[in-house]
Amino acid sequence: MKRKLASLAHCRAGDKGDTLILSLFPFRDEDFPMLAEKVTADAVKAHLAHIVRGAVLRYELPNLPALQFVCERALETGVTTSLALDPHGKTMSYALLEMEV
Amino acid sequence: MARRHLRIGAGAGFQGDRLEPAVVLASQGELDYLVLECLAERTVALAQRERLRDPSAGYDPLLETRMEALLPIIARNRVRLITNMGAANPRGAGRKAAEIARRLGLNLRIAVVTGDDVSARMRSDMTTLESGRPLRDYGELVSANAYLGADTLQPALARAADVIITGRVADPSLFLAPMIFEFGWKLDDWDHLAQGTIIGHLLECAGQVSGGYFADPGLKDVPDLAHLGFPFADVDSDGFGVISKVPGTGGAVNARTVKEQLLYEVTDPTGYVTPDVVSDFRSVRIAEVGKDRVAVGGATGHPRTDTLKVSVGYHAGWIGEGEMSYAGANARARAGLAAEVLQERLGADIPSLRIDLIGIDAAHHTSFGYPHDPYEVRLRVAGRTETRDHAERIGWEVEALATNGPAGGGGFWRHVSDRIGIVSTLIPRAEVLTAAAIVEAGREAKAR
Repeated sequence: MKRKLASLAHCRAGDKGDTLILSLFPFRDEDFPMLAEKVTADAVKAHLAHIVRGAVLRYELPNLPALQFVCERALETGVTTSLALDPHGKTMSYALLEMEV
Repeated sequence: MARRHLRIGAGAGFQGDRLEPAVVLASQGELDYLVLECLAERTVALAQRERLRDPSAGYDPLLETRMEALLPIIARNRVRLITNMGAANPRGAGRKAAEIARRLGLNLRIAVVTGDDVSARMRSDMTTLESGRPLRDYGELVSANAYLGADTLQPALARAADVIITGRVADPSLFLAPMIFEFGWKLDDWDHLAQGTIIGHLLECAGQVSGGYFADPGLKDVPDLAHLGFPFADVDSDGFGVISKVPGTGGAVNARTVKEQLLYEVTDPTGYVTPDVVSDFRSVRIAEVGKDRVAVGGATGHPRTDTLKVSVGYHAGWIGEGEMSYAGANARARAGLAAEVLQERLGADIPSLRIDLIGIDAAHHTSFGYPHDPYEVRLRVAGRTETRDHAERIGWEVEALATNGPAGGGGFWRHVSDRIGIVSTLIPRAEVLTAAAIVEAGREAKAR
């Protein structure tokens, strides 16, 4: 059965220019291997196809545990010149949590 | 003799941050240092524009408010204050702080750190990191400020300044500076610098590590968020730190809040570049060691880069916005019709025009298959223009929907702003010359 990431993990979004950074943390450490297997860079790129126009790079941090997604060309040129309602992309953490695994 | 232990607090994490938690932290936190981080990427550029209008301005507009509230407390409790509230005019900020201290009868030594303004060193052929295009493509520049490191604060610390005011300094470096000074860390002691940088990075957004920007009712509950306390770190001379907050304040410091903040805005956790060191997060360990106490250790460091990042502000034209609400039966269709009408009326003249329906797809361009139309939606229109007149037209056309658009539009709002864009470039360290000076604020200070 598929579940939304929102029930398995928490997430925070950050920005650097036009780059959106999404940090994903399992609520339970033992879910990390499953998340690492399912929430790949490609899967995130497909899920956020409406948002991310560039590459998605994933870093694995089993020491925390966490996955860090660095999404390029995702913020309509960045906070200072974007026309978006949320120019920082701060709400994007919850866009990732809509993903089903 | 070098100290073994320091307590450093974070009293602001952005320009407009709340004042009350900083007062509580300074009063009851038993701090050695209080750091106020108040400069976002664009803030210096905006401040530079203020300074062009008025040469005595260009520092943080809340400087006076924060100093009046905090200087008496830090004088009484012997806490040293470090802040980047100097923005585009650290000297002017230093003079203002000295004036406030004198008025309040406080005997405080105030230092300013200058040299981050590198606008005279910018060349039109310098490459921007974001687009790879040369600076000349961005037209007239407003400001250029290098991110200075913790090394640039050492002279002011050595001269026993009670208050140190800087312009652009990398956020974690504001916190690392007192660790280097008090523990006697060498500037090539990469592991210690990385560890201190991580602690600084955890503190730089203040309440964001102590339960702010974290609560999600039922999933991630935070007690007494209304009275969120700001954090401090207990750091020892080995670079091992414990993040905590003042007992009795709201919020929470736990492994989850610390992890979220650890990775916040980090584009490469294997090599986090600051002016002082390149830090690797892959060896970081986080552990809850008590109520609202989280230990952080294990970061490893690599030699700093030969260049400093420069944040360059440029004129980016104007943005016009307008909004209108629709509610009740068929609200989405009526808002959608309004969007079509506006596209027809404005689209030809304003190619950048963007129209969203707040409540449907404004934040994420999609609602991921959520099935139901909401009871109410808010139409939002925004466009980037070369001139103010064009930007104004956007709001006017939204306003005109009142009598020239679909039924039942209400709650109209419009706004126009001129934009300063930010791009980055790199500058060799040798080209950035910094200085620290003690502010001489009048006879009292000179006589001391």
